[in-house]
Amino acid sequence: MSVEAREARQPWILLSPALTAVALLLFVPLLFIVVYSFWLRTATGADQVGFFLDNWREALSDAFYRDILLYTLKIGVITTVVCALMGYPAAYFIARSKGNKAILLLLLMLPFWISYIIRTMSWINILGVSGALNSVLIALGIIDEPIQMLYNQATVVLGLVHFLLPFMVLNVYVSLEGIDVSLEDAACSLGATRWSTFLEVTLPLSLPGLAAGGLLCFVLGSGTYITPLVLGGPTDAMFANLVYEAIITQLDWPLGSALSLMLLAVLGALVLIYNKYLGMAQLMKGLG
Amino acid sequence: MGWMLIRTWTILVYLFMFLPVAVVVLLSFNASQFGSFPMTGLSFRWFIELANNDAIIRAFQTSLVLGALTAVISTTLGVLASLALVRYTVPGSNFISTCLIAPILVPEVVLAVALLLFLNFLSINKSFFLLLMGHVIFTLPFVILVVQARLVGIRRDMEEAALSLGANPMQTFFQITLPLLAPAVFAGMLFAFTISFDDITGTLFWKPGGVETVPTQIFAMLRNSISPEINALGSVMIALTVGLPLLGAAIARRMATKRGG
Repeated sequence: MSVEAREARQPWILLSPALTAVALLLFVPLLFIVVYSFWLRTATGADQVGFFLDNWREALSDAFYRDILLYTLKIGVITTVVCALMGYPAAYFIARSKGNKAILLLLLMLPFWISYIIRTMSWINILGVSGALNSVLIALGIIDEPIQMLYNQATVVLGLVHFLLPFMVLNVYVSLEGIDVSLEDAACSLGATRWSTFLEVTLPLSLPGLAAGGLLCFVLGSGTYITPLVLGGPTDAMFANLVYEAIITQLDWPLGSALSLMLLAVLGALVLIYNKYLGMAQLMKGLG
Repeated sequence: MGWMLIRTWTILVYLFMFLPVAVVVLLSFNASQFGSFPMTGLSFRWFIELANNDAIIRAFQTSLVLGALTAVISTTLGVLASLALVRYTVPGSNFISTCLIAPILVPEVVLAVALLLFLNFLSINKSFFLLLMGHVIFTLPFVILVVQARLVGIRRDMEEAALSLGANPMQTFFQITLPLLAPAVFAGMLFAFTISFDDITGTLFWKPGGVETVPTQIFAMLRNSISPEINALGSVMIALTVGLPLLGAAIARRMATKRGG
């Protein structure tokens, strides 16, 4: 074999283990559940191979699934908006602060290293019947009996915001950091107020970061089932909880496949739209 | 004035991020038998109970073995792929990158379902193997992103020098490339380990009955009520997953200054 041919083959040898893994453990399984979603789980628990539309008919026409899908998207939107409102000013502060930037950034990275389940359950210590907030309120004499503040829609959003906020702050920070400060100075020296400089220069230039953070918050938030299980009540199930129920509890795997694919279609469409207009590079900046 | 407001806001955001976690750590030293306020005193008793709890020790062992194996496999695959993407001009490299990142673009629940059902179809039931495969595929994109970022900085001249001085490609790889790669490999393994150690979304789908990792063990214990033991377990996990990267960063810096000096 010639040197050139060997040189040309080398990257493929290096890539093949990873590509094989992704193909066998992701792409083929995804294709498989597409096929599986047309099978039927019979009463005996065996799968009937074939081309049945029953699962899709149920998943797409049953109001129960539609309502929970809409509810899930609503929770995703609320979470994303709250993250943006809380996270943007903080990211701005980190990006423009002089002295303690390094420590602020280190602290911002810390939550990524703290387990999701621990951060989620930590709210039980704060808001639970015997949690910190109730203790303080009773000690202050504001209430006599502890109140149950947990296990509702609001605490699900709270848990999600707590989990996702660092993604938002980090992405906005990265894009703010990339803005040439002299542009802001120029606007100021040409007579713009600080506020109008922000609105007309800084904010538009940081939108890619805001969009990247928003996409991550929305997709990760809408795809979770752990937070509703830990911090939500019985009626606060999100769409991923239905998938979990179908697969783990009811063992109706063909229906679970169809529901998974529905979730993938909705959230995947968003990722594709994002990719078309803004590209993956922005997203990777915040992750890498 | 405006700046003061932003500053205060930022402090509040940081408090929001850390206060609940700080309370977990605080309560894990609570002497009272209930995992709650008011605290009756400081004690290590919950940590001692942890050490005597077989289920938790087993969960720790599972998580450690799983995390270590995931780190080794995922980093091996990731480093090789990153080398190809950074060092060579591969046709369609954008498409390949996207494919390799795909496991984190797909919602984790969907990834979990697809892998579980497909491997089950191949008669591979819920098992440690399935769990490992799941963790490998889920951590691979993170490893590739981290390793690629570090690889860009390594210059190729040194390898070319070694080759032109008569070293064969194997020698060059082990004696020149690998030592230069070490920080990237180290970072990738640390990242993969931490993500695997923390994962619960996929793990709940893949784990066989009776096997628990630390996060699924915490999740199972939460079903009853929040006990001081859970807080203690949480504290240990925080110490591990926060301490390890900090330690890693310190070692990496030490290695870098040594080499530089």
